[in-house]
Amino acid sequence: MNLRRDVFQAIADPTRRAILVLLATQSMTAGTIASNFDSSRPTVSKHLQILTECDLLEQEQKGREMIYHLNPQGLKDVAEFIEPFAKLWDDRFNKLESIMKNYREEK
Amino acid sequence: MIMERKTKIHAENDRQEILITREFELPVELLFKAHTEAEIVEQWMGNRVLKLEAVKHGSYEFEATDPMGNKHRFNGTIHEFVLNEKITRTFEMEGTPFPVQLEFMNFEELTEDTSKLSIHMVFKSVEARDQILKLPFAQGINMAHNRLQEVIQKLN
Repeated sequence: MNLRRDVFQAIADPTRRAILVLLATQSMTAGTIASNFDSSRPTVSKHLQILTECDLLEQEQKGREMIYHLNPQGLKDVAEFIEPFAKLWDDRFNKLESIMKNYREEK
Repeated sequence: MIMERKTKIHAENDRQEILITREFELPVELLFKAHTEAEIVEQWMGNRVLKLEAVKHGSYEFEATDPMGNKHRFNGTIHEFVLNEKITRTFEMEGTPFPVQLEFMNFEELTEDTSKLSIHMVFKSVEARDQILKLPFAQGINMAHNRLQEVIQKLN
């Protein structure tokens, strides 16, 4: 339950976001994913584990390798995906407020 | 990590609506004006305003350019227009499968110098609402992707 609340913490990390982007077009083995980053293999594995625990990735055992798929359905709860939407509107309204404050001063 | 925002978004699971509320340090007249004057809308929405007839039975059309340079158009019809009180309008993204949505915008005077905007958005389905809510999320991932590509291009 706590893990699901942490989806945004999971994607706040640039490496983890990059992993999601990498897997957006195709599924990959842990080794292939790690080869795309300068970080050590255990570090990348830790990132994969966090993303999997948040249901953003799905694991599939293929022989000795573990394949990772992106799971967009992982974002099930509104609270998990609403944050960028909220920020978008807050940024817009902050701008509106500052523009209209200046507008008032010019009058 | 998450700052307290002045804009509140109320969206419950399995409902086909969103409520956005925000209090402004502005008289309600200025808050309303920011929604009816094309040059002002362009500044805070970050879109081009191709058309904005802010009257009952009027309509609007905006054009946004994404970071890749693609242009996207939005349009809608204004159903109710009461100066400094409310605007009821539709919102549609042209050239996308997203169904039209309905927006009830209420402008409220709190004090002489403060006001509140409430936008009640109603969607065709829960799925349509969730897709719209996820758009900025997906764009965030795309922007991370673009930044990554820039970094890679600089390395080459």
